[in-house]
Amino acid sequence: MEGKLRGLQENAKEEITSVDSMENLEKIRVKYLGKKGELTEVLRGMGSLSPEERPKIGKVANEVREMVESLLEEAKKAMKSKALEQQLEKEAIDITMPGKDVRLGKKHPLTQSMDELKNIFIGMGFKVAEGPEVETVYYNFDALNAAANHPSRDMSDTFYINKDVILRTQTSPVQVRVMERVKPPIRIISPGRCFRNDTPDATHSPMFHQLEGLVIDKGITLADLKGTLEVFAKEFLGSHTEIKFRPHYFPFTEPSAEVDASCFKCGGDGCSFCKGSGWIELLGAGMVHPNVLRNCGIDPEIYSGFAFGMGIDRLTMLKYGIDDIRLFFENDLRFLKQF
Amino acid sequence: MLVPVKWLKKYVDIDIDTKTLCDKMTMSGSKVEGIEKKGVDIEGVVIGKIEDIQPHPNADKLVIVIVNIGDKKLQIVTGAMNIAVGDYIPVALNDAELPGGVKIVKGELRGEISDGMLISQDELAIAKSVIPESMKDGIWILGEDYPLGKNLLEVVELEDEVIEFEITSNRPDCLSMIGIAREVAATIGTTLKYPRVEVKEIDEKTSDSARVIIEDEAGCQRYVARVIKDVTIKPSPDWMQQRLAKAGIRPISNIVDITNYVMLEYGQPLHAFDMDYVEDNTIIVRKGQRGRTFKTLDGVVRKLKDYMTMICDTKKELGIAGVMGGEESEITSETKTILLESAYFEPEGIRLTSKQLGLRTEASSRFEKGLDPNITSLAADRACQLIEELGAGRVLEGAVDVYPAKKEAEKRSIRPQRVNALLGTNLSNQQMISILKSLELETEEKNDCLEITIPTYRVDLDQEADFVEEIGRIYGYDQIPATMARGNIVVGGKTNGQIIEDITKEALNAMGIYEILTYSFVSPKSADKIRLSDETIKRNFIKLLNPLGDETSVMRTSLLPNLLEVMARNYNRKIEKFRAFELGRIFISKIDVSQKLPHEPLNLVIGMYGEEDFFMLKGVVNTLLDRLGIKGYIYEVEKHHSTFHPGRCGSILYGDHTIGTLGELHPEVTENYGIGTKCYCAELDFQLLLRLTRLGNMYQPLPKYPSIARDFAVVVKDHILVKEIENIIVANGEDILESYKLFDVYKGNQIAEGYKSIAYTLTYRHSKRTLKDEEVNVVQERILEAIKETLGGTLRD
Repeated sequence: MEGKLRGLQENAKEEITSVDSMENLEKIRVKYLGKKGELTEVLRGMGSLSPEERPKIGKVANEVREMVESLLEEAKKAMKSKALEQQLEKEAIDITMPGKDVRLGKKHPLTQSMDELKNIFIGMGFKVAEGPEVETVYYNFDALNAAANHPSRDMSDTFYINKDVILRTQTSPVQVRVMERVKPPIRIISPGRCFRNDTPDATHSPMFHQLEGLVIDKGITLADLKGTLEVFAKEFLGSHTEIKFRPHYFPFTEPSAEVDASCFKCGGDGCSFCKGSGWIELLGAGMVHPNVLRNCGIDPEIYSGFAFGMGIDRLTMLKYGIDDIRLFFENDLRFLKQF
Repeated sequence: MLVPVKWLKKYVDIDIDTKTLCDKMTMSGSKVEGIEKKGVDIEGVVIGKIEDIQPHPNADKLVIVIVNIGDKKLQIVTGAMNIAVGDYIPVALNDAELPGGVKIVKGELRGEISDGMLISQDELAIAKSVIPESMKDGIWILGEDYPLGKNLLEVVELEDEVIEFEITSNRPDCLSMIGIAREVAATIGTTLKYPRVEVKEIDEKTSDSARVIIEDEAGCQRYVARVIKDVTIKPSPDWMQQRLAKAGIRPISNIVDITNYVMLEYGQPLHAFDMDYVEDNTIIVRKGQRGRTFKTLDGVVRKLKDYMTMICDTKKELGIAGVMGGEESEITSETKTILLESAYFEPEGIRLTSKQLGLRTEASSRFEKGLDPNITSLAADRACQLIEELGAGRVLEGAVDVYPAKKEAEKRSIRPQRVNALLGTNLSNQQMISILKSLELETEEKNDCLEITIPTYRVDLDQEADFVEEIGRIYGYDQIPATMARGNIVVGGKTNGQIIEDITKEALNAMGIYEILTYSFVSPKSADKIRLSDETIKRNFIKLLNPLGDETSVMRTSLLPNLLEVMARNYNRKIEKFRAFELGRIFISKIDVSQKLPHEPLNLVIGMYGEEDFFMLKGVVNTLLDRLGIKGYIYEVEKHHSTFHPGRCGSILYGDHTIGTLGELHPEVTENYGIGTKCYCAELDFQLLLRLTRLGNMYQPLPKYPSIARDFAVVVKDHILVKEIENIIVANGEDILESYKLFDVYKGNQIAEGYKSIAYTLTYRHSKRTLKDEEVNVVQERILEAIKETLGGTLRD
């Protein structure tokens, strides 16, 4: 009997090794281990064995059964993994084909610059103030101490709606509106559209963007202006940025300065970008003129303040190496996608 | 302002190199735009004298010239026609080098030896615009008998550096050598050297030969006249010509050059009249007569206005005050006697006159900024001194000086502690005084203040703040510390509206929509191009008085036209798919006239083309409104908005308010913009969105109990809107209907003509327990019953 069992084991092993499909494997299982299977048959014959032989043969039979079962299991596993392999191979795709049309829009590059600037100043405690694009001559010029004959008031410089109403040429009128309304301390930036009567070319646009800042409080100094703009320049252009104050003239500030930043391309050594000077004109700034404070009902004997203003379009052009301001307003998607 | 350094050094000691000087000047407020080196790359050019000129045997257009260069004579072939025997000229010797890498080599020209070259000013890199007329196309004929063979650079001031300063409009006093020298002295701490002015006069009184009457006292506050007789008109000396040329002014003749020279030196424009043309030897300053014309010395006939100040004699106009003289009384080679004018004209009048005439001159650009009336007689004297010294004429004794109201130097007091408080410095009174004195501002300590006398040429100084700047800039802005503002803590940030704008832009970006920015002005024709109806308020444009052109002449009342221009541009550039939005202001003129300014509400437009349809756009709008937390709006069919396709347009309503309109553009509109594909646009009232936005809703717990979903399909007539079905679903859903979703609309096989099959999934859920099938069945039945009854729909299996 033991020989018969060992023979069964050998046969089963042979059949399992050469099996070629899941169905046939199942047939083999039924053939040996099924209710009417060969091994089952043999075990059924155990009853005729002597009590001495029974445990011995029983042990062998179990060994054979376990062996066949494990062979079947192994074969099944191997076949499964082979089948999976084949399936995966069949499912291979050309991953160099293009991705699906998932689109992400972007903010206009000028908005992105504006956001960056706003965030820097918000971090320094500035609020964002806005005002009308169509402005009165009073807010745009008179209140800002611009002389009655200042050339910037000419029709050749400023767009007029009528003799008292214009398109604002700067965002400073917003500052005046805030100073009239709010008691110091004041700490605002006013970003927005401005207009000048310039025929469009690579560096001129009848519409452009400015961001101006204003701080009014007791004891504000030119040194504070320097400190604030130094922090700003380092944040905006990089931590190695140096700034330089050059005395200048603006009607609404006194003292006034033009502020240069060390060239962010060459770090100040001089390159084609900064025309060899190592510096780039960044903004205009100064201490708010006492006449302007008075015009807004703020006593210059008690309060002082500083103001600054910069052209967003120009800074954005510098930052990205854009050589034509008109690209901003053409809105060609191939341009907008790049930022 | 062009400043030749060698000339500048006549007025101030400069002990540093030009580059360092320029850096310091920029930092003290006189911005240097550039430094140009003059007379460089010139080697081997010497003084020669022409001794003989013979025709060239083999060439009609060439001559053979014998030039004496001291130790020898050279034969040179030249084509120049402006030379004569006896002329002193610069000669480039064999092996000489000229600017631009030109090398002179001895050679033969048409068979004749040419040992060197006669050269022009142009060949020495002198700008064509400042080469005297007589030498423009020829050899440089020198004005003096220099030692023969001497290096040209040693005898003529050709080698130099010219600094270009940007002079701000508040500092007309710096439009002069002396003004710049004053700034240099203060900046680098050296001394200013004024020219010594002494005039050698003849024994004949100016007051006997000329009369001046100022009728227009508002336009002319001072008029100084001097008379010079026995005038010899000839070229001015080389040194003066070279200084003028380097400063950008073309030499003309001695008298004109001297007036220009003194103008550059002192900043005071002068004018010389030919006395023979001054009727009755009388100058009358009066207003122009409207309607009369006058020919200026540039040969142009000008129309006069009654606000223009004119220089006249007893019969006629002689010049437009402070702008340009007349052609008739201009100095010519025949002039024998001149009347020299040095006057102060009121700036605003000059500005208006120059603007009206479109004529801006060296003189007018100085007068219009405001000069110093106290310098006029000094400048006149200086010119007379030069005329006499250069042998250009004999100067009569004294001047006729009409100066009805002398401008006195004013005094101002400033508080040193206030200066420090504004600058953030800690300067002593002594430091401040020494800075002010370095700028020639007389300063005295009085009580706790500094009393400063303002020279009349400093038209920019008035208030304390002006002196704060003077002290600050000379002390050095770079010496001032950088501090952060102390005092009150202020919280920065954006307004709610600004935050909602940001969220809107980000939501739209996330849906693949680019932000565009376009001009705030448009063409008035855009109203027709987008088919605005005739009666809409949007045709009531705010117009610019002085637009760049018709295309940008009115303020926009809708963001659509500019969006469509952008869509057209992209379409024409073969951009296949386009999605963009603009969030910006429109300009609505106020009905109420008392309001000066228009209303500027924010609007939002979205536009797309290329593989898009109405429902994509609607999905975008819904998603945006959802992001803003806006609920309870409805869509209504809009058949009458003329910009849109009448069958593919809807309004978005919120109660009584219209949030906006969206749809496929009317084919005529796309055609008007030359867009050859369907466009989908939405126009939303952003002001209203700002009001409706609800951010930061409370959290809703996630459902705890399972939902049950039921599908159904119903066949209804074509004209029935799904909205009508949905209204019924909602009305009958009781409190267990969680949501409904349209998943199929079918027409065709098995559906009768004129009908459509609509299929929905309804989702039911109870918030407090698990629903039973039976209770869902009841509600679902009721819904279907209601649809059948109300809309005549039949259920599909």
